[in-house]
Amino acid sequence: MELDAKIPEGPLEDKWSFYKAHARLVNPANRKKLPVIIVGTGLSGASAAASLAEQGYSVQSFCFQDSARRAHSVAAQGGVNAAKNYQNDGDSVYRMFYDTLKGGDFRAREANVYRLAECSLSLIDQAVAQGVPFAREYGGYLSNRSFGGVQVSRTFYARGQTGQQLLLGAYQSLMRQVELGKVKLYSRHEMLDLVVIDGKAKGIIARNLDTGAIERYAAEAVVIATGGFGKIYYLSTLAMGCNGSAIWRAHKRGALMACPSWTQIHPTCLPQAGDYQSKLTLMSESLRNDGRIWVPKLTDEKRAANDIPEEERDYYLERRYPSFGNLAPRDISSRAAKERIDAGFGVGTQHNAVYLDFSKAIKEQGLDKVKEKYGNLFSMYKKITADDAYEAPMKISPAAHFSMGGLWVDYELMTTIPGLFAVGEANFADHGANRLGANSLLQACVDGYFILPYTIANYLAGELKAEKVSVKHPQFEVAEREVTEQLERLMAIKGTKTADQFHKELGKLLYDKCGLSRSAAGLNEAILGIQKLHHEFYTQLIVPGTAGEINAELEKAGRVADYLEIAELMCHDALSREESCGAHFREEYQTADGEALRNDEKFCYVSAWEWTGTDAAPVLHPEPLVFEFIKLSVRSYT
Amino acid sequence: MKIHLKIWRQKNAAAEGKMVDYDLDKVDVHMSFLEMMDTLNEQLILKGEIPVEFDHDCREGICGACGMMINGQAHGPVAGLTACQLHMREFKDGETIYVEPFRALAFPVKRDLKIDRSAFDRIIQSGGFISANTGQPAEANTLLVTHEEAESAFDSAACIGCGACVATCKNSSAALFTSAKISHLAKLPQGEKETAKRVLKMVTRMDAEGFGHCSNTEACEVKCPQGISVLNIARMNWEYTKAAVLKD
Repeated sequence: MELDAKIPEGPLEDKWSFYKAHARLVNPANRKKLPVIIVGTGLSGASAAASLAEQGYSVQSFCFQDSARRAHSVAAQGGVNAAKNYQNDGDSVYRMFYDTLKGGDFRAREANVYRLAECSLSLIDQAVAQGVPFAREYGGYLSNRSFGGVQVSRTFYARGQTGQQLLLGAYQSLMRQVELGKVKLYSRHEMLDLVVIDGKAKGIIARNLDTGAIERYAAEAVVIATGGFGKIYYLSTLAMGCNGSAIWRAHKRGALMACPSWTQIHPTCLPQAGDYQSKLTLMSESLRNDGRIWVPKLTDEKRAANDIPEEERDYYLERRYPSFGNLAPRDISSRAAKERIDAGFGVGTQHNAVYLDFSKAIKEQGLDKVKEKYGNLFSMYKKITADDAYEAPMKISPAAHFSMGGLWVDYELMTTIPGLFAVGEANFADHGANRLGANSLLQACVDGYFILPYTIANYLAGELKAEKVSVKHPQFEVAEREVTEQLERLMAIKGTKTADQFHKELGKLLYDKCGLSRSAAGLNEAILGIQKLHHEFYTQLIVPGTAGEINAELEKAGRVADYLEIAELMCHDALSREESCGAHFREEYQTADGEALRNDEKFCYVSAWEWTGTDAAPVLHPEPLVFEFIKLSVRSYT
Repeated sequence: MKIHLKIWRQKNAAAEGKMVDYDLDKVDVHMSFLEMMDTLNEQLILKGEIPVEFDHDCREGICGACGMMINGQAHGPVAGLTACQLHMREFKDGETIYVEPFRALAFPVKRDLKIDRSAFDRIIQSGGFISANTGQPAEANTLLVTHEEAESAFDSAACIGCGACVATCKNSSAALFTSAKISHLAKLPQGEKETAKRVLKMVTRMDAEGFGHCSNTEACEVKCPQGISVLNIARMNWEYTKAAVLKD
């Protein structure tokens, strides 16, 4: 299989304009004859659904939550990047492009990343018009702050709830179209399969989570906007319902998965306190604007943080990366924390955390200023831990957060199945091997508002004359039967272990062997361990109740079944890439200082994987990354 | 610690429900309330019983999915928290804890503690938006919004749509929820233009969905996990009166 990324010809800064000027259009009168299915109502899904409906397409929108407003974009805290250069501090589209590409360790396409930076400008305009209450200066102009991996202030924010406010903007635009009858919204519906007819995506099979009914939906194009699958590690910053099932079902129907093992482990999360724990709450990266990260210089430190004198503290990020200090990128900060914790310097009852200290900021800026900037984060910290972070440093620890990997898409955001698109975190596109802070909200919005509406039209224009597909088509029969059989299979095992127990075991295995650091030996062990767990799952699982009713355990079981398969692919992906880049750190490939050692000669490509069956090994299709406009360099933040 | 639970069990919307007793020991004080519920469910499943269905997702207080009456209070005894942020250290060893769904005519129970809050979505779709199509807006900094205006709009916009206000109100009024959206958009220059039309539509839809009237007890504000102020309701009433008078 030859992968064609379909990058337009021409200078970097003209590619997107050129594409838009030459893409095919659909006559407004014909648009309502072209139904589009969008799965997921987070920022990418809701923005795509609203934008396409505004243009006149007939949209069917699906989410597993009880309301579109609850998709996990809602939880993003810190902000959204845009190259507005409102601070007059040297920012530009080119600089944002370069920061993002470098942040991703040069493992993304130049053209995609440039377009992301270019479209960031309109996104802020769009969000403001929707009523997103971004932070403002006293005179009324928009305010900015800094995020990791950059030296300018280009992050727009709404206190620590930027994701919530952007999502509400998209959700409200979506609901406006629902009222107008342009979008039919199916909440509490989970996509369980993709229907492919004559090689093209033509519909989905979904389960109504309130009744258990298996339903068929047909369309001329299907958009997957279901976010990331970091919940595969069980303990993560994600919501309990976040899952990889929609993308995995699409993968099994022929869509390639790209770089699935590239998972961002976020450095500033609350540490695990016990076995009962269901998630690790994220504390926004914005805290690193003013918080200083340190551990004691002694391994067996018994004193409370405030009793440890300045000279006995190791501000290890400032020490190792003086020019970026506490704002070093996430992969580097997480690995540096792991290095200190593994070396025995970890703090807290489980010795699994590092300090994030605000005493200097409070001294220099005053308590009120710190409260104004981070008040809601400090109160969230107190709610969960019962500790007051104004008095003593926070204790933080790395946790699984964002999937850089996902469905492989070309420049048009189309997967290897014609008519199947993937937007937002569900795709692999712009972030390379490590995502910069405040770029995820941006990518989700830009994909949905500004890119997909053009690229999907280019595809749909060719489908106008095609024969309309009905849900009575035999392929719908086949897909529905397979979905029903899988659910019956899960119900029939009647073993002695719950889906959560399997999920926790899988998560621990994967975090240890395919998390912050990986090795060939560990990955080979993990593959065997996952296969064993997979077998045990299908012989020992217990799911209570029936499939024909509300059944949260059955939902979980279906997701864990997919996670077990995704996990194995992740390990194959990590094993095949014999270099370190971004979040992918192979112990065998590091510099003398313990930094990632990239191998551009052999691995300057995107790993796209093809599913070949349950018992067969996945097949790798590399998409070479060609850099025409920038020179590859060693990614240094020292 | 050890706790005794009395939980509302109801098979489906049509079925009769009842309180059922459960005992749970070895509860860690640092567990969140929902992690305690997970632990209970795990034990029920392994005993061959049917676990308790409840709404939850983000577990960090922002998605608005979780919500239950805990000892008669929406989201439990601590102010400013959602149920997922409530921790077992707030309860005493040996305590009896009552757990019931949010109750309101407009929020029918689907199963156990799981309820249908789609009425909230229908209130928003009736007018809780700014009519700005993708691609239309002008450069963001051409529209000045003062720091104070933005902060005040944010205070109203912070609502997570959990429904605690409705569950707490003796009339099951959705006035706090509806007014928060009306205020958020009315406080901003970009949203102000549609205020009159918006308030008339949203209030009409709110009434049609079967929510009760607001009688100014202010209980909703006390139990709102985001601290949404009842002043939003005053603003809604003012905007409604203005719009109704000027309608013709």
